[in-house]
Amino acid sequence: MNFAEVFTTVLSITGISAALTIIISLAEMKLNDYGICTLDINDGSKTLEVQGGQYLLNSLAANKIFIPSACGGKATCGLCKLQVMEGAGPLLPTEEPYLTEEERENHYRLACQVKIKSDLKLHIPEELFNIKEYLTNVDVLEDLTHDIKLVRLKLPEGEVLNFKPGQFMQFYTKPYDKIKESVFRAYSISSPPSEEGYVEFCIRQVPDGICTTYVHTALNEGDQVQLSGPYGDFFYRGNTKTMVMVGGGSGLAPLRSLALDNLAKGVDANMSLYFGAQKPRDLYYTEEFRDLEEKHDNFKLIQSLSRVEEGDDWDGLTGRITVHLDEDLKKLEDPTDVEAYLCGGPGFLASVRKVLIDNGVPASQIYFDEF
Amino acid sequence: MAPNISPLVIFIASIFTSNMVLANFLGMCSYLAISSEYKTASGLGKAVTLVLIITNVANWAIYHYVIEPLGLEYLQYIIFIMVIAAIVQILELFMDRYMPDLHANLGVFLPLITVNCAILGATLFQVIRNYSFLQTLLFNLGSGIGWWMAIIMLAAIREKMGKAKLPPGLAGPGIAFLITGIMALAFVGFSGIFPVQ
Repeated sequence: MNFAEVFTTVLSITGISAALTIIISLAEMKLNDYGICTLDINDGSKTLEVQGGQYLLNSLAANKIFIPSACGGKATCGLCKLQVMEGAGPLLPTEEPYLTEEERENHYRLACQVKIKSDLKLHIPEELFNIKEYLTNVDVLEDLTHDIKLVRLKLPEGEVLNFKPGQFMQFYTKPYDKIKESVFRAYSISSPPSEEGYVEFCIRQVPDGICTTYVHTALNEGDQVQLSGPYGDFFYRGNTKTMVMVGGGSGLAPLRSLALDNLAKGVDANMSLYFGAQKPRDLYYTEEFRDLEEKHDNFKLIQSLSRVEEGDDWDGLTGRITVHLDEDLKKLEDPTDVEAYLCGGPGFLASVRKVLIDNGVPASQIYFDEF
Repeated sequence: MAPNISPLVIFIASIFTSNMVLANFLGMCSYLAISSEYKTASGLGKAVTLVLIITNVANWAIYHYVIEPLGLEYLQYIIFIMVIAAIVQILELFMDRYMPDLHANLGVFLPLITVNCAILGATLFQVIRNYSFLQTLLFNLGSGIGWWMAIIMLAAIREKMGKAKLPPGLAGPGIAFLITGIMALAFVGFSGIFPVQ
């Protein structure tokens, strides 16, 4: 290959690429110029001025509003749903598979597919503005039972964690022992929002669990812990006169937060908290709840142990908690006036759910926090 | 010199005897991925037809007026791909601005098509076979219609099959491959009617 040939090759490739680039840039300038557009979020509670022609998801992220998205804007995860009330243009075929009939009627769109071409009116759930990262310090670390630890974390001075009881946080571990990487796991908040400046979790030791082992063996009082949140749609709805909470194991955590918050607020509903465990050593927060029972007529705690052996110090209910729940539900006059809040493992939840549905509690009024 | 075949024969042949998907197995990726719903499949098929015609007419011009005179044949792949990518991008911007409804139906598929090998395949066929302008035009129109036909046939079958009870291992791409194979066998029946080169 001689010099002239190399020269022509380089020159022609450069020429063609440059020509195409110039054409695209000109086209983009001319065709993709939609000027400055205004995003009106939640009926004027926040307005943003953004350059038109971008995708909504990216534009919001640039303005520090993070819509959950797993695929990064390729319309393959369907997580970045939000309501665009005005200005979004026709629904795209890429969005269709992810939106139900009901969502379409309510103007839901995928933020990664909506291009900003004019002023938009958006509805973004308040919770999404709330999600933040917190650097906390371990204030208290103590055993609640033989395998559940209370972890009380102190938020940085002046920080407020704005959450609904029942929601969860992501808890980040630091590398320890043989675990070389930081991992995060989700734990329900067990303290009510009124505990300003602090947040509590009940963390049960899971055999070989990376995060639970970290909490149970490596974490010390005073250590720094990174959290993010709050997340989740498990929170009190309050549309009925009867509230049933059912938990097993560390599933008591979000229910404690729910119950304490509702009682502090004087919610007018009959609340029953069912807690199922195996042995007396698995029970925790019993005294606290018994105190609340005495102070409030509309709250009661029902504990049942399934593996009581002779010699155990226990004179309460025995057997599976679902049996007692079943008996109590049968006594209710109107089982459709019940909202149920469940937290526990998948098998436990399925059996509790079955009892509720068999007794006429509408499926739409049963809320889960599964782990 | 361009081959002495009537453009009309090329048109019919590129739909049936040398169908892009079923005879040449080009454009399989989007063919399999976007064929679970008839409506979207049809949208993609139309978009492929449109892009085939526009980009390959442009590539024909580039080949005959730039690549050949300058002796850049060894760079043709790169140049063709750049031209396809650029045209698709401009086409999308244009549709988005001036034809929002059409964009809503076809536009979203355009970026997918940039990397669809049926497009580059057709470009290379037309260059190797030395087609004239009219032959190129009808070849691409036929190839597009053939690709569209193949994907809507598969989509229609897959939609019906949604109600069928398939062995779990076969559901999804597995059965789509089998159907494509059977359709391709059926299309072999057309070969011999029109030889196309």
